[in-house]
Amino acid sequence: MKLSAQWIRDFVEVPVDNRRLAEALTSVGMGVEGMAGQGEDTVFEMEIGTNRPDAMNHYGLAREASAIYDVRLRSLAPKLPPPSANASSSGPGTAAAPFPIAIEDGEGCARFTARILREVRVGASPAKIIRRLASLDQRAINNAVDATNYVLWEMGKPTHVFDLDLLAGGKIIVRRAREGETLKTLDGVDRKLSGEDLVVADAEKPVALAGTMGGFDTMITERTRNVLIESAWWDPLIVRKMSRRHGLHTDASHRFERGADFEATVLSCDRVAELILQSGGGRLIGEPIDVIARRIDQAPVELRTPEVQRILGARLEETEIVRILRGLGFELVAEEAETFAVQIPSWRLDVEREIDLIEEIARLYGYDKIPNRLPAFSGSVIESPEAAKDRKLRTTLLALGYHETVSLNFLSHEEAEQFSDVPIIEIENPLSEEASVMHTSLVPGMLTMLAYNLNRGNDNLRLFESAKVFAAVGPAAVEMKRIAMGATGSALTPSVHQASRPFSFFDLKGDVESLLASFAHKSLCYDAETADYYHPGRSARAVMDGESVAQFGQLHPATAATRKLRQDVYIAELYLDRLYRRGLREFACEPLPRYPAVERDFSFLFPDSLAFEQIRRACYDLGLREVRSLLPVEIFRGGSIPPGTYSLLLRLTFQANDRTLREDEVAHWSAQIMKAWEALGGTLRSQ
Amino acid sequence: MLASASGSKAGGAAAKGSLATAVASRRELRENVAYTVSKLKDFSAAALDQAGEQLLRALADEALAVQNESGWKTFRDRWMARKDGVLTWLNDGWLKAAPPEAKRQVGQRVNELKRQVEQTVERTKQRVLDSSRSDRLEAERVDLTLPGIQREIGVEHPIMKTLHGMLAVFRDLGYSVEEGPEIETDYYNFEALNFPPNHPARDTQDTLFIARQQAKPLREQLLLRTHTSPVQIRTMEAKQPPIRIVIPGRVYRKDPSDASHSPMFHQIEGLAVDSNITFGDLKGTLDYAMKAFFGSSVKTSFRPSFFPFTEPSAELMVSCFLCAGKGTHGSAPCRPCKQTGWIEILGCGMVDPNVFQFVRHNGYDPERISGFAFGMGADRIALLRYGVEDMQLFFENDVRFLRQFA
Repeated sequence: MKLSAQWIRDFVEVPVDNRRLAEALTSVGMGVEGMAGQGEDTVFEMEIGTNRPDAMNHYGLAREASAIYDVRLRSLAPKLPPPSANASSSGPGTAAAPFPIAIEDGEGCARFTARILREVRVGASPAKIIRRLASLDQRAINNAVDATNYVLWEMGKPTHVFDLDLLAGGKIIVRRAREGETLKTLDGVDRKLSGEDLVVADAEKPVALAGTMGGFDTMITERTRNVLIESAWWDPLIVRKMSRRHGLHTDASHRFERGADFEATVLSCDRVAELILQSGGGRLIGEPIDVIARRIDQAPVELRTPEVQRILGARLEETEIVRILRGLGFELVAEEAETFAVQIPSWRLDVEREIDLIEEIARLYGYDKIPNRLPAFSGSVIESPEAAKDRKLRTTLLALGYHETVSLNFLSHEEAEQFSDVPIIEIENPLSEEASVMHTSLVPGMLTMLAYNLNRGNDNLRLFESAKVFAAVGPAAVEMKRIAMGATGSALTPSVHQASRPFSFFDLKGDVESLLASFAHKSLCYDAETADYYHPGRSARAVMDGESVAQFGQLHPATAATRKLRQDVYIAELYLDRLYRRGLREFACEPLPRYPAVERDFSFLFPDSLAFEQIRRACYDLGLREVRSLLPVEIFRGGSIPPGTYSLLLRLTFQANDRTLREDEVAHWSAQIMKAWEALGGTLRSQ
Repeated sequence: MLASASGSKAGGAAAKGSLATAVASRRELRENVAYTVSKLKDFSAAALDQAGEQLLRALADEALAVQNESGWKTFRDRWMARKDGVLTWLNDGWLKAAPPEAKRQVGQRVNELKRQVEQTVERTKQRVLDSSRSDRLEAERVDLTLPGIQREIGVEHPIMKTLHGMLAVFRDLGYSVEEGPEIETDYYNFEALNFPPNHPARDTQDTLFIARQQAKPLREQLLLRTHTSPVQIRTMEAKQPPIRIVIPGRVYRKDPSDASHSPMFHQIEGLAVDSNITFGDLKGTLDYAMKAFFGSSVKTSFRPSFFPFTEPSAELMVSCFLCAGKGTHGSAPCRPCKQTGWIEILGCGMVDPNVFQFVRHNGYDPERISGFAFGMGADRIALLRYGVEDMQLFFENDVRFLRQFA
């Protein structure tokens, strides 16, 4: 919003230059974001809070300046000629018979004030008016319309001018529109009205959308001779709904929906009349027609001075408090000790409570003058139950070499359905079709990131993202924490010192195992139950204590092809909502073994159908306490190995805490284990 | 290998692997080297002296000829091996052959020679070891200017790094971390934060709404939270004062993606409520937090603002951390602070009593308690702090971009 420095100075003797004035206004919350022009033409680019419609104009800012510098604010006092008495005509809108105005909807229109001017010459505005409006980027139209615009920017009160002779039936009725009525507004758009629209109507039809925009057919033109000036008080909520319904955000609606000054209707009418009479001649007819349906009175607000200190933490003298509030137009009446009854000025609809007054005091006193303090605290820090788990997974992922990523969590319907089967949450007003639903899986986003990087020559990638996914459950939305990992390229950083190799399923499995190992669990196993966007032979599901906590593996080549991924890509999904049902693994220190461990290697032939998990379980199911570990050391197929079988070198480690193991014990256990493996179809090749 | 050999008893079997070679080279030595222990006939002192000198000379010559570790082993075994070693021959050829009356004197001589042999073998070992070690070190020399083998460490995303950094500052101040849903109801996102239905303040938060909510009462209608502030209400419903919480999370606005906007971004929200919280506490806390986060030289300034859920409300400006508040870099203008020397970092204020009314039943009587709240955008802070030119870089996740924050 642009406002002119000189125009502000019309009303107040500012003792500093424009730059200092801009700083001072900013420091009381009237943000000057930029300055343009020189001298008389200096314009402030301003940002004024939605709660301060009273300050979105020059007089309002002059009032702030007068409070800041403690200087007098000149009053706005239009000089009008005595009303014309020698009315030649009779009928409505003459001195003899005031123009009839009826407010049928007192809820929507609290007050309607009008003035009648006759024999006005409509033409261009004086140069000063045009120049001032131009400096605010406002286009001049004609002297009557410009007068209303000038008053809007001068004192913030929107007004409207009608061609009096085009108001059918010689009267004005403020009412709700009837179903089926239409109104062509000043912007030339024919608008269908509904029963919720509040309109200014003549005897026959609506002539203006209340507080939003006037009608095209009754506007001021070169042919206009007689003018009716309107200045009303419209209900903020009704104006807001109407302006939204019709997609019409105007300077007038912007102010009315934030609350206009109930007491300014006559003054603004008079000021418009004064400007039109000055530029276009004509006669002022009678007194203002001022119809009040209901009063907008603000009750006095009690201000307890100890509250000022309780909230601000600074001790202000009572004289200082009184000086600040009076400077802004508040009237204070001392009641009992340390208490005032404060009368709120009619232009300050935002001030309704003691706390609002305290803000006014703090604002003008200066926020930066209030001393800084660090509060004492009697409570304690309660760590969110998930914070430690989040932190553990995040630091592990970073240590494993995965870069943290953040992506937007919207998807198209198609993608959302491709990567999950949960009911989708749709956005009512999405930014685009591609972003029309909340993501149901982190996989599509991860694939997009991988593809984005691969397309830019970033071939070796480890990425992860931690975010929530969304699903509809009946009318409610559920949110589930997830982690997605993506990996592709070589497993080792290529270098002159070592040959590299492609990232494999087992690289990913190792990373997933490292992540899952942080959580306390009784059992953890892996099966092949994975979503169909995974490679069926190179993907796994991790089942912890009977609950699926992760899926991971190579992306299905078909999916990779449709997403134009040029190389094998691996993804993992961790279902944190399930994983987090467990605590983090607790550490308990055990004494280090004092007796040596014994290792034994066994080379076995197993049928291809036998998985390592079965071999492992056959060993552990024997329940031998001294078996410390069973590791596959070498795996070999082909060559001398018969088809349909594979050779596996297994290493068993035995150890006891209380003694050195004897050879015969180890031999006995080894025999038991070998027997179990032979029962699975294995044959010993050598020992 | 060397260590185990030196640890074994003198004359003991050398390590198995090298046994055959050791035997072979000993035979070779015997053929080439002149010295052998002669059988003594004359056990007089003079004869013993002469034979002793001859032995010691041979010992010295052979010791000198030892070049490396395997040579030393051969040398050691030739002199000290229990079977067939020089000392054994000495025992057999001299001591055992000596007449009884000479045994004592011969014994002394043999013992003395034995001591000297042992010493020489040990000294030779040290000499060979020293020189072979330095040979080996020389052979093992690498080109230290070749690049090291890098194991890539994951990099924190700059937004998350900012977010976690800010959370750490507030954790140090005694704040607990709270989280809340990203799909919120109108009640928590707006109504309970003093945005009445149809209030113009709602226009400032372009909202993404969830579809098909019209059948529900307004306060139950779902939307994507436009700020993290709903968690203030949720926390005050669940916990009585005093509270100090900090709330990180994703928030959403209907802003198309461009260089400075994203429809999804991150906020860090704070709330402190107690019986004596003042605006001065708000200022002091945020001044401390900004100094802890940006460095102790930053200055803070507060100016009035408007938020429906705080009163009084303020914007916090920090002196520009890029130009140190000067507005310029030498002669170049500082762009992030628009040459003002100040950067607007967050919105804050005293919790509006109307907000407390919504949770009054849980101990939040605005006549007895007070509080402050603040909220900031982690994305914007990261953008300014790291000089990122385009917000979209944060969400594209090009690893060439991410690695810059390693």
